[in-house]
Amino acid sequence: MRLEPVAQPTLIRTIGLPALALAATVAIASLLAMVAGAPPLSVLGLILQGAFGSKFALLETLNRATPLIFTGLAVAVAFRARLWNIGAEAQLYAGAVVTATLGTGALAWPSGLLLPSIASAAMLAGAIVLLVPTVLKTRFGVDEVVTTLLLNFVVLLWVSMLLEGPLKDPMGMGWPKSARLIPEARLPRIVEGLRLHWGFGLALIAAAVIWLVQARTTLGYEMRAVGLNRAAAKFAGIPVGPVLIKTALLSGGLAALAGFSEVAGLKGSLTLDISPGFGYTGIIVAMLALLNPFGVVVAALFVAGVFVGADSMSRAVGVPTYLADIMLATALLLMVLALMLTRFRVRWA
Amino acid sequence: MAGTAHKAPVVLRLDRITKTFGALTANDAISFDLREGEVIALLGENGAGKTTLMNILFGQYTADSGSVAVFGKTLPPGNPRAALTAGVGMVHQHFTLADNMTVLENIVLGTQPLWKAGFNRAGARQRILELVGAYGLSVDPDALVGSLTVGERQRVEILKALYRDARILILDEPTAVLTPQETDDLFATLRKAVALGLSVIFISHKLHEVMAVSDRVVVLRHGRLVAETETAATDKYTLAELMVGARIDPPAVQAAPVGRVLIELENVSTPDRGAAPGLKSVHLKIRGGQIVGLAGVSGNGQAALFDVLGGLITPARGVLRRDGAVPGRWSPRAAVAGGIARIPEDRHKTGTIPDFNLTENAVLELYGQPPFSRRGWLNRGAARAFARRIIDAYDVRCPGPETRIRLLSGGNMQKLILGRVLETVPDVILANQPVRGLDIGALTYVHEQLLAARGRGAGVLLISEDLDEIMALSDVIHVISEGRLSPGFERGSKTTAELGVWLAGHGFGEGDSDAA
Repeated sequence: MRLEPVAQPTLIRTIGLPALALAATVAIASLLAMVAGAPPLSVLGLILQGAFGSKFALLETLNRATPLIFTGLAVAVAFRARLWNIGAEAQLYAGAVVTATLGTGALAWPSGLLLPSIASAAMLAGAIVLLVPTVLKTRFGVDEVVTTLLLNFVVLLWVSMLLEGPLKDPMGMGWPKSARLIPEARLPRIVEGLRLHWGFGLALIAAAVIWLVQARTTLGYEMRAVGLNRAAAKFAGIPVGPVLIKTALLSGGLAALAGFSEVAGLKGSLTLDISPGFGYTGIIVAMLALLNPFGVVVAALFVAGVFVGADSMSRAVGVPTYLADIMLATALLLMVLALMLTRFRVRWA
Repeated sequence: MAGTAHKAPVVLRLDRITKTFGALTANDAISFDLREGEVIALLGENGAGKTTLMNILFGQYTADSGSVAVFGKTLPPGNPRAALTAGVGMVHQHFTLADNMTVLENIVLGTQPLWKAGFNRAGARQRILELVGAYGLSVDPDALVGSLTVGERQRVEILKALYRDARILILDEPTAVLTPQETDDLFATLRKAVALGLSVIFISHKLHEVMAVSDRVVVLRHGRLVAETETAATDKYTLAELMVGARIDPPAVQAAPVGRVLIELENVSTPDRGAAPGLKSVHLKIRGGQIVGLAGVSGNGQAALFDVLGGLITPARGVLRRDGAVPGRWSPRAAVAGGIARIPEDRHKTGTIPDFNLTENAVLELYGQPPFSRRGWLNRGAARAFARRIIDAYDVRCPGPETRIRLLSGGNMQKLILGRVLETVPDVILANQPVRGLDIGALTYVHEQLLAARGRGAGVLLISEDLDEIMALSDVIHVISEGRLSPGFERGSKTTAELGVWLAGHGFGEGDSDAA
């Protein structure tokens, strides 16, 4: 078996193959549902209904999608420049810690001033967390895959220490959680009475901004050039190191906004489990989205829908929620395969 | 077919080999026979289908139709081992040797387990020394490959094939990396091999070599076999026409007034880069209205010289002067802004971003300045207009400015790079192997553009491995060897053979070399 490059992929290839990948994902999920002893069509229907079938379900999905949009954008921005940021989880927690620190009464400012200040500080913290591995990479050639990945555990332990120490809620009955944010530091709901906060709106705005930066600014041009061909970029005079640094600041800042939005929007306080791996799932989201900022929004909704839907399906028919993980893993693998097949033709020799 | 070889048995038969890639027919029903004790030259321009044909022979590609037979047995398609075991050996243009192993280890590698107790090192050495003697391939079996010259490495590649009992040798552009003297040695080896009953396919586009070494010539053009002839019954000019399909006149070089010194290196040294030597106390002046040719075997410091002049590295020692003054900060941007055009050696790796479209590639050096951007915002209309202008003025054949440049041929890619740098009307042009891999039409076009720039008073540095190209175009010729630069020789003051001596690293006086 050999692979031959396809010069100009046809539209059928570029759209048909990813669609086929999704269809195959659904088929495999159905098969597994059958193995688990439930009728596959009802399982899929329940997932769909659980994700998008009611106002409550839809809002739950949008809430779940919010941090995934931020981490997905963070990964997409970095990967575009071939900066392998596997540490969105750490940057998310950095943003969350800053939000919990500044939002629990340390600053008694009005909401209009406080929220932007906290968001900026959170972004700065996330940016710094990614800045360190990036400088190590540009200066000394240290592999950022290793450093960003390992920093996730360092930061998580550090958060754990803070929650057992200085940030621990004195009224928390001994639980490792922070005090609740003051009302001025909470992200308001988009529509009063509906459980959806402005973090979601902020995520959509972030996607649009990132698209604008990538497509319309010299920085975006530089980031794409550095990602596609570092040697040519350097030859043409693009400052590769500084571009990677700027990319890192942007990416780390975006991931930190996920932490900000979860603490200030959804949860209202910091615990050690505010992220069930949003930073890692962001990688899946970004890959499914082909690193396109608007694609990230769609992919995040898909991923969030699968998780939320699988939860509700599981409650209804007792098929384990692991099905959601399997579906996402399958979708990712098949999507990567589909992408390869849009560019290469398989020859059976 | 007349001649002496036709009575000898056929050792290799290509029968109606056809291979298409999309709309492109790379090989169109190509058939020919190779006989025992014969050298066939496979002649053709880049893109004529020579490499595809050899890849099919070696099972790297599967032919759409047709077959390959070695010693009467048809090879299974798409099996790289089949050709090897049938006794076909290939010497690639780019060597496939491990630098950190000895010659002996490289030769034996893959034929038997090297580090097992059963490995008969003495026997292997004996066998290699026999081959060395029989074919005149002087090389020390215990030398590290990393320490060998390019010519010696090529001999190791040939020994590798012979050690595996190859009866048919295929040499892909074997002289491209050799000095004239090394080329003569190679030809002597080939004559010995043929006398011992081996058969050779010699792939080349250099006509005088084809005339010198081959018994028969097979000419490919646009994937078709357009001629098969006894070498003795033809001549260079006929072959050139067959290869190109039309008569090609070399560009006329008219005298131009020599201007002032535009850029100058004084006593410049740079550190070595891995196996590639850095510059050793180099003196170089490029004047307006001049083409300065830099001859040399690849990997002798050309890249370092190009990078110093082009702003990619600053000299470790010595001085670079631009218009008589030492520039404050020397970077690619400073070089471009200061009117230096740079045409890099590798179009795909450094010249372009293959997945960017033509527009984005056209502004690669200029995107940061008006009209292509203002305050960090791109002006895509201006960039597209610039790309359109280059496409029209430099005859870049492409579907449009939104096409990814990966899809263009090498020639059209090079025309875009040429347009990108010449549109800024530079007064210094650095061209590193600007015509490598181009077909003759594109090659002529590039040369004409360089001559036109010289005509309007620009200074050109032309780096090339092709001595004929250097001698045809240059007003002044320098030879580079192991980072040392020869004095400048005026046009016509040195013969090919005399330059060959310099290419081989002789003539650089003790005083020129740097002790430190």
